[in-house]
Amino acid sequence: MKLEILGTGCAKCNKLEEVTRKAAHELGLDAEISKVKEINKIMEYGVMITPALAVDGVVKVAGKVPSVDEIKKIISK
Amino acid sequence: MADCCSGGTKLLYSCSGSADVGKLADLVSRKLRDDGYARMTCLAGIGADISGFIVSAQGADETITVDGCAQACARKSLERIGVSPRSIVLSDMGYEKGKTTVTDELVRAAAGKIKADEKTKSAPGISRNGCGCNGNC
Repeated sequence: MKLEILGTGCAKCNKLEEVTRKAAHELGLDAEISKVKEINKIMEYGVMITPALAVDGVVKVAGKVPSVDEIKKIISK
Repeated sequence: MADCCSGGTKLLYSCSGSADVGKLADLVSRKLRDDGYARMTCLAGIGADISGFIVSAQGADETITVDGCAQACARKSLERIGVSPRSIVLSDMGYEKGKTTVTDELVRAAAGKIKADEKTKSAPGISRNGCGCNGNC
């Protein structure tokens, strides 16, 4: 599974990364987690508000930082 | 450009239809964007079911649609993904479909009217929740 945190590096972007890493760890997922900071790359996803989370290339979250439990639900679907 | 953590995200979608009022909607939306009224994004991205556009619309603090005519395709496109935008319909503002010659002056006038209506929040042709009540509900 590929998890991408889309954001230019603000506090909320870092928080989303932290929450996502925790959720993946608690689920025992073998996930590749990376950050996408380049604005042009973020725009290629059609994302207009960050932070955002893409799961295997599909944007699932934009403009907010969900809880660990919410992220777990999102990435385990 | 993607907006980061600033809050109050206001996204604007235009019908950009083939009729004269669709053209006017497109140009007025671009004028509103250039004036800093809202951030314009792609309605086509919603129709194409591109996840980033869909989730951004759903996560925005406010969404606005500018439609040329009462078909309100932009508003209905957002409603299909569970978003209730503030709907602006130019034909309800007196711009008649098939009889509107689009000029720079008209674009400026329509954009100015929309911005002025934003301040009063009760202007004809504008509903804050897309219900067609013209701001009266």
